[in-house]
This record gives sequence, C-alpha cells and structure tokens, in this order.
Amino acid sequence: MTVMTDPPKESFRLSMLIYDTRYRAITIQVVALLGFAAFFGWLIWNTSNNLAALGKEPSFRFLWEPAGYDINQRLLDYNSQSPHIRAAFIGVLNTLVIAVLGCITATVIGVLVGVLRLSKNWVVSRLMAVYVEMFRNVPVLLWIVLAMAIMIEIPPGPREFRGDNATASVSLFGTVAVTNRGIYVPDPKFDGGLGDLPVGASSTDAACAAYYDGSEGLVDINPACGTFQISLDFLAIVALLAGTLYISRRIKQRADDIQEKTGDRPTTWYIRLAVVVVPMVILLYLLGLYFTVPELKGFNFKDGLHLRNSLIALWLALSLYTAAFIAEIVRAGILAISKGQTEAASALGLSAGRTMSLVVLPQALRVIIPPLISNYLNLTKNSSLAIAVGYMDLTGTLMGVTLNQTGRELETVLLGMLIYLSISLTISMAMNWYNESIKLQER
Amino acid sequence: MTKSVFLGALTVAGIAAGGAYAGTLDDVQARGKLNCGVTTGLVGFAAPDANGEWEGFDVGVCRAVAAAVLGDANAVEFVPTTGKTRFTALASGEIDMLARNTTWTFSRDVDLKFEFVGVNYYDGQGFMVPTELGVTSAKDLDGATVCIQTGTTTELNLADFFRANSISYEPVPIETNAEAQQQYLAGACDVYTTDASGLAATRATFEAPGDHVLLPEIISKEPLGPLVRHGDNEWGDVVRWTLNALITAEELGVTSANIAEMAAGSNNPEINRLLGTEGSLGEMLGLDAEWGKRALEAGGNYAELFERNIGENTPIALSRGLNAQWTDGGLLYSPPFR
Amino acid sequence: MSDISFVRTEMLPEKEPPASTVGFIGWAKANLFSSVLNSVLTILSIVLVLFVLSGVLPWAFQSVWNASSLTECREILKATYGEHHEGACWAVINDRWVQLVFGFYPPYPIDPTMYLGNPPEGAWPAYFRPIATFVLILAAVAPVLFDKLPRKMLIITAIFPFAMPWLMWGGTVWFPVAAALGFAIGYFAFKYLADIVGELAGLIIAVVLPVIWWLFLMGPFADLMQSIIALDIPVVESRKFGGFTVSIFIGVVAIVGSLPIGIVLALGRQSDLLIVKALCVGFIEFIRGVPLITLLFVASTLLNIFLPPGTEFDIILRVLIMVTLFASAYMAEVIRGGLAALPRGQYEGADSLGLNYWQAQRLIIMPQALKISIPGIVSNFIGIFKDTTLVSIIAILDPLGLTNGIRADAAWNGIYWELFAFIAIVFFVFCFSMSRYSMYLERKLKTSH
Repeated sequence: MTVMTDPPKESFRLSMLIYDTRYRAITIQVVALLGFAAFFGWLIWNTSNNLAALGKEPSFRFLWEPAGYDINQRLLDYNSQSPHIRAAFIGVLNTLVIAVLGCITATVIGVLVGVLRLSKNWVVSRLMAVYVEMFRNVPVLLWIVLAMAIMIEIPPGPREFRGDNATASVSLFGTVAVTNRGIYVPDPKFDGGLGDLPVGASSTDAACAAYYDGSEGLVDINPACGTFQISLDFLAIVALLAGTLYISRRIKQRADDIQEKTGDRPTTWYIRLAVVVVPMVILLYLLGLYFTVPELKGFNFKDGLHLRNSLIALWLALSLYTAAFIAEIVRAGILAISKGQTEAASALGLSAGRTMSLVVLPQALRVIIPPLISNYLNLTKNSSLAIAVGYMDLTGTLMGVTLNQTGRELETVLLGMLIYLSISLTISMAMNWYNESIKLQER
Repeated sequence: MTKSVFLGALTVAGIAAGGAYAGTLDDVQARGKLNCGVTTGLVGFAAPDANGEWEGFDVGVCRAVAAAVLGDANAVEFVPTTGKTRFTALASGEIDMLARNTTWTFSRDVDLKFEFVGVNYYDGQGFMVPTELGVTSAKDLDGATVCIQTGTTTELNLADFFRANSISYEPVPIETNAEAQQQYLAGACDVYTTDASGLAATRATFEAPGDHVLLPEIISKEPLGPLVRHGDNEWGDVVRWTLNALITAEELGVTSANIAEMAAGSNNPEINRLLGTEGSLGEMLGLDAEWGKRALEAGGNYAELFERNIGENTPIALSRGLNAQWTDGGLLYSPPFR
Repeated sequence: MSDISFVRTEMLPEKEPPASTVGFIGWAKANLFSSVLNSVLTILSIVLVLFVLSGVLPWAFQSVWNASSLTECREILKATYGEHHEGACWAVINDRWVQLVFGFYPPYPIDPTMYLGNPPEGAWPAYFRPIATFVLILAAVAPVLFDKLPRKMLIITAIFPFAMPWLMWGGTVWFPVAAALGFAIGYFAFKYLADIVGELAGLIIAVVLPVIWWLFLMGPFADLMQSIIALDIPVVESRKFGGFTVSIFIGVVAIVGSLPIGIVLALGRQSDLLIVKALCVGFIEFIRGVPLITLLFVASTLLNIFLPPGTEFDIILRVLIMVTLFASAYMAEVIRGGLAALPRGQYEGADSLGLNYWQAQRLIIMPQALKISIPGIVSNFIGIFKDTTLVSIIAILDPLGLTNGIRADAAWNGIYWELFAFIAIVFFVFCFSMSRYSMYLERKLKTSH
C-alpha cells in the first residue's frame, strides 16, 4: 500500500542564505548594499567631522551673494554685482556653446578627413594620416595651449590696424577683423525688433526694457525684470525656420511618392529652396535686419561680434583633436562596408562621390554612431580644460573663481560635477535615441 | 614612507580625530621637515632652478622658519600650489604654512579660518601699459582689454575699480604670470594688471622695459604675508616672530655678516634677546635659545633677503618703497622683542 | 584569287609602356592627378606642406643649443643668423631636460638631504631608481604584449606591482614583501581551506585574512623584519616626483590599479544581481560622465575632507587614487567589450564542464577576454598617459607644470614654443609607438579568429 505523502516541507534555515543559490543572490545583494551604504555613510561622517573641525558648515547660501568678478563672454546679462549662481549659469552656457560648436566642426572635419584618408591620392591620404597621428598622440591640453599661443602670436594686434600706415587691414571687404584678441565679424542687429521676453519676472513694466536695450557695458540688473531675457526675434526666426523646413520636407515626400508611382521624379529643389529662403528673407526684412561692421574705436574693435581668442583656440583645438578620432571611426566604418556595395554602386553608374554619399556613408553611419557618441561626450568633458586659456566655462566660473573667492570647495565642486554629469547624460540619451531611430529596420 | 602613507589612512583614523590640528610645531619637529606652500613659479618670489632648488623672497621666509624650528634651512619641502589649491592645502594640513604672496583680507582671515602672521611685502594693484598707447591714467582705460590673473583678489579689485569709475573693460582671465606676460607682450591685451611688485618684476625681464609704463594709480592695498591655520596659536607665534626677527634684525643692524660677532654678546639688550644670549624668548616659543640666530643665518635679515631676490641689483629691481623700515619712512614696523 | 590578306606570322616584340603610365610620372598621374579635383587637392596639400615646413624648419634648425639664458640665446642668434632671424632656443631644453624628465627626484638618493652637486662615495649612477623603474615597466609589460617571449618573464610582471612603488618611494624592502605576502596568504587560505570548510567559506576567508593582514599585521611584520635584517633604500617623498617621470608613474599605476577594479566592475555590470549591477553601472556612468579635471579637483581639494580626520595623503597619492578610479571605469568598459566578444559557446562549455561561476571566470572566460581586451587596454593607457598632463592644473609639476616654473626663472623668462614643442614631441613618440603596437595586435588577433 502506498501512502501519498507530501514531500517534507523544507524549513528555512539560516545556512540556506549562503548555500542555497536561490537565497545566495539575495544575500550577496544585501551585503553589497549594506557595504555600499556603510561606505557612503563613512564618507559623510568623515566629511561632517572634518568640516566641523575646519569650522565650515556646508551651505549653498553663498550662491546668492554678489560674485564680484566680471566675465568677458556672457550670453546673458551679467555684471560683477550678479550672484554667483548667475555666474555659474553663464559658465554652463559657455560650456554648452563650446560643446555644440566643437561637436559640429569636429564631425565635419572628421568625416572629411576620414574619407580623404581612404583617397587614392597618395599625397592627400598621407597628409591626412599625418594629421590624425599628430593630433591623436599629443595631449589635448597641449593642443589647446598651442592653439592659444598661435592665436596670440600670429595675427596682428589692434595697434597695427591703426593710423595711416597701418600694417594690417580688415579683411573680406572690411567686414572681418582678424586680430590677436580674437576675430570680429559683422553682428546681426534688428531695427524693428520685437524686443525681449523676460522670464520669471515679477513685473514687466517699461522701465525694465530700458535696462535691456542690448547695449554693452555697465547694465544694472534689475531684479524685477526677470532672470532671463528671451529674444522674441530669435524665437520668431526659429519658429519660421522650423515651419518652412517642415513644409520643404513634405514637398520632398510628395516627390518621393510621385517617383514611386510614375518613375519620374519632379524637380523640386528650387521650390524647396524657395519655401525656406523667401519667408526668411521677408521676416528678416520686416525685423529690420542690419549688420554692424567691426570698427576700430579706442583700444579695440567695436560693434562687431567678438569671437574671443580663448573661444577660438579652445574650439579649434578641441575640434581638431576630436576630429582626428572621428576620422579614424569614419574610416573604420567605411572599411566595414563590404566592397560589393561599392562595386554594385559603380555598376549602376554612380560616380565615386555619389557612391560615397548615397551608398557607403549611410550604411557606415550605423557603425559610426555609437563611438561617435562617446567622442562627443569626450569633447564636452574636455571643454573643461578651458581653464588653461581663460575661457570662462563652468570650470572657470563656478569651480574656478567662485571656488577661489568663497572657499567653498565642497559645494562648488560637487555642484559642478553634478552639472557636468547631467550634461553628459543628456547628450548620451539624445544620441542613443538618435541611434535607435536610424537603426536598421529589421522585419 | 610607503608605510606611513598606506597605513596612515587606516590606523590614524581613530586616533587622531580632532587632535590633528593641535600641534603643528610638534608635527614639524617630529617630521624633521617644514612643508611650505609656494607658487608654482613667480619671478623673484619663488621658482625652482635647474637643480630643483627653490629660490626667491617667499622661499627665504620658509627657509628662515625651517632654520628657526629645525635648525636646518634646507629642511623644507616646497609644495607648489595654485591660486585654487593653496587654501585647501593649508586647511587640510598638507602644508604647515603658506608663503605665496597672499593678500591679507577680512574674509580669508575670518571666513576661511586662516591666520595671517604678518606682512612680508606691502603691495598694491597697479597697471602696466605700453608707452605708445599714450595712456597716463587708469581712468583713460575705457574699453581697454585687461589681462588679469584669475583666482586672486586683483580680479575683484579690478571689477570694483572699473565699476566705481563707470568705465567698461574687457577682462582676459589668465592662469599664470608667464602666460599673462606672453599675452601682454603680443598685444593681446592693452593693460596688464596685478600687484605692482609683480608688474615691475615682469617688466624688468622684457627685452625693452622702457617701452612700458606703470600707471600712477594703485587701486588697492595688498598686504602680502605668510599665513597659517586658525586655532594653532603656538605655531602661529613661531612663524610670526620668525618674520618679526627678520625685520627687527634689519632695524638693529644685525646681518648675516656680523651675526657671529653680535651673537658673542653686544651692548644692545634687544639684540641679545633676539639672538638668544639674554632672556628666554626661544623657550617661550617652544624652541631653543638660538632660534633667532639660526633664522637670520639662513638667508640674512629682511633687507638681505629683499636685496638678494627682488632688490635693485637684481633683474627685478624693486625699490624698497613702502617696504622700508618705519625709521626710513616705510611701513615695516616689528613689535619689540621683549 | 590571290591571297592579299596579311597575317603576321611572328609576334612583335613587346613595346615599352608609354612613358606617361610607368615610373614616377605614371604613378603620379594615376595617383595624384587622376581628376581635376584630385589635382587640386594634391597641389593644395603640397603647398600646405611646403608652407608649414618653410616656417618650421629654419626655426627648428637654425637654432641655439648652448646658452645659459634667453638673452644670451637671442644674442647668439643675432650674431649667427642676422638681425631678423627667428630661431629656436633649444638651450632651454639642454639646460632643463633632466628636470623635465625626472622632476625633482634626487639623482643620488643615498642621503635624502644630500643630493645636489657631486655624487657621494659609492653612489649609484644618477637617477638610477627612476631609470630602473622604467626598465622594470618595460620588462614587466613585454611578456604580456609579445607572446613569443619566454613565459617565465611573467614572474617579473607579478613582482612588478610591488617592486615599482618600492623603487620609486624607497623605504624598507620588507614592506612590499609583506604586501605581497597578503596575496600569498589569501591564495593558500583558499587552496587549503576550501576543501575543509567549503568553497564559499574558503573564498570569504581568503578575502578576510589578507585584509586583516594588511590592516593590522603587515606594518609590525615589516618593522620586525627590518629590525632583524635591515634592507632599505632611502625614502624619496612623492613631492619630489615630477616631469615625465610623474606622467609615466601616474599612467602606469592607474592602469595597473584599474585592472582588478575594472574586472570586478565589468563582471558586476554583467551580473544578474540587480543591486550589484546597479551599483556598478552607477559608478561607471558617474565617472565617465564627469571630466577628469573635476576628479582632480576632488583629489586636490576634497579627498582629505572625505577621509578620516588627520589622514595625510600627499597630493600625488590622492591624484593616483582618483586617476585609478577614473581609469577603472574605462577599463571596465574595455573588459566588458572583451567579455561580450567571447562566443557564447565558451560560457556554455564552461557550464557543461560543471565549473561554477568563479572557476569558469578564472579558467575559461577571463584569460580569453583579457587577451582580446589588450588593444583596448593599450589605447586606454595612451588616453590616461595623455590625460596626466591635466595634473599641471592642480600644481603638480609634470612637464607642463614645470614649464611654468622654468619660465618663472629669470634666465628663461619669455621662452615658449621650445618647451611645448619638446613636450609634444616626447608625448608623440610614446603614444605613437604604443598605438602602432596596439594596431599590430589588433591585426594579429583578427587573423587568429
């Protein structure tokens, strides 16, 4: 006779936490978490002890005290009476400016060099190889310093533009002045502009507008006039551009559809161009666009847009340095595309240039994008070396002068790291999203 | 070394909490070395030579303290610091004293919790411009491009000065003096502003010093002096009175040349107290009687240090000016040794 | 019908190819001037190269090598090449190259206070220790990089992490020996205890015992041995490190130190354990998301605040810690790439042999993954080595930091390009040769698959 019995119910024993693989995972994780928490707590405990011994209390109140220093390149209104937090924000904007400019030029140069390195032209491909190796194998800090030195030593100083027997002159029909203090280019201004939109203002009366008339120099920041000013002209231009580009895209889609149906592609390039250009010209005319040409007044050129040496040197060095890496990535991406693709393209009668732009590069792009992301990130992080040439980015303002003047190392450095971290994460998220969107659609 | 380094973190942890900053003097004596913070390089004030030996006016103060405390003017570790790292290095105990032409200000003294032990150089912020610009006053500088070292008080003074006079300027922030000199000479800025001593020192090394003028305005007071951590008064006293010994020695005419003779005994009781042949000043400081004598033997008195490193016979060619003894119309005025 | 057609009965002799298709001209035509665009590019390139060379060559070669100051340099240049010649003053390199290479490291570290001037009696050759360290690095790395070398050389590699700090910092030899003993203790504890108390308990003991040894027993042991058999070399404080020595030192220590941390992080990132994975990912992404310079700021301003009161790490050590952490995040990614590149079958094979996780990692996975990762590790090293220049910003006198000190010397005040050119060339030589090696390795690995 068989009696069905339940299998003996396994009672939980403490040793199972270690020897039973089902529980072991949990044990390890709990231990890891506890260890981590203990380590973190230890750090905080030490920190508070040390700060107490130094008589400092962590506080971010200093951020709202007047900064006391001036910043030369500022995209928002700022003067030495503005608070530290605003200086930090100006620094963040400057970091973003150099990051965006650098990424764009690095990509352009990188792709160009990567393609040229594969050129059959011996001289050109060798030259590109020399460029790539030269830039990849020397520290970027050295390149930044050298770029700055070149910008200072080679172009003429403003003095040489002065007087009757000037040895230097303003180039490009008197519109661009290349000096050793930077490059002055014509500055777009609006005659009948729409004005600015204060954000976060408690009152928007006419008195505020007087403060922000766009003139440089000593402008007092009226706290009642909002923290930021958004140019309505700029908004209008961006909105128009977005709208017209969308229309232009629709026209292209229509052309594609027609081509699918009939086999003939209607010529649309001039319509598309006109759709974008004509409204823009009209808008700019309505806004009263004019350019102020740089002119030597007093010590310096005035009225033009001043691209400072520090910006140019940093921009140049970072983009050339990063471009060398991008060139290698592009080259590897192109080489990864099988030769059959190129051969098929030339069998179809495509020229070498069109083969590259229509067949090879779009496919190579999928290989190129992921490493490209990390190079963009590197460029953004390397922009923190701005400190070497006195470009006032986040490292120069918050983690530089502010740290120096207030002696708040803990707060400034941690805040700075946090900001860099969020910038990096935003870039990598955006680029990963783009990467997903161009992935091969597998059916 | 490796042991103290690796174990230091782990074993010292429990023991030293709180007591670590109490006895810098004992620490220095136990270590046998003085850790002295200096600049990474400033002509005349501190720079390493080809053999790695540090030289300069600030370096002389460090050596005098080392000689007084340890009996050896070479028992100094020179720790190069930047404008950013100098205060942290001192606050964290990495260095025992900072002699890095640092301006004595309220917030550094009170808020950052440091103690300035005195002034070894009275300075002020000035402007240097090329002669050909024809500028005679700093108030003519409206719209000028100004080279300025970041991380110093000069940056704030400059902002205040231009703001107070309602004129605009374009700041070009620069990390080091060498960098600033290069930019200024290339004409990338119209004006270079920093401490007047620094300007004079920089100008002296130009190929054509005559082509540049210092403007008459001195826009700030910059009392530069050595500093120590707040709260360790014994150590503060040692550094303070070593500096005072250098100044007093000049006043009393004690030089490295005649010190042996003076130490044998003189008619001036203050000299005797200074050199330890009379009284027990050294003992009060926690040192031996001959501390003052050794400090003076290290590099001579204040005047000798000045003349050797930045004085009129050096390329830097600074005159004593405000830094003359009070008896000669300057500001140097040491409290008495009594 | 007469046969008028002409049929050649014998072959014509081969004609020479047209002059325009062979030799240099033919090559040039095919390669340099095959199209208008190509021709333009060629000419532009040649003009650019000539322009750069015409500027640089006279400056670099019509120069002064022997002078004691910049002023003297300028005078010699004026006297030799005329009034307006701009020539390099390499004399500054001649004067300061020892400092640029070794920093302030005492040349004859017999007695730490007596290192200037003439060598003391019975001294080792000048800069014996940094040079020996450098040779040791090469000897330790060689068997890893070139598998044709005898495997016994790996012993040097194993000794290296202990010998290198000892050579550079000095002190008693028993200290690195004691540190190494900790690993031996762990190894033997695992080997013999695992059978008795079980695998996992053995592993835990093998970790805990060495830690106890390092924390509490190692110091007394080293002191004891030192008092019995005194074997020590003079201590050199890390403040004396400078120049390229400090760059190489930081780079090598960071890579060596980051290897174990990177392996742990990479495994953690691949792990199924959620919290462990999250911690590893968090660490890696944090480090990779912030610039190195901010980590160096942490080293220079905050690390002492984070550690127990009274801890005195000097700045080089703090920088070593932060750079190692920095490198380990990147190392983890390289090793993760290596792990991902291993075919799935390797894991399955290990499982089918009945190996547990650690055995599989130790015997099957890691050896292969690390081998694939070597090119990545080398390029990581190049990156770190170049990034060591950033330490000049926090006042460590690496070559770039030293330029400031040198330019603050009244004799060389105003010098510029020569110093930076020299530093750039040295970095280039180092990094270029390493990157060539890593390319060679990549090619080799490719064919073997």
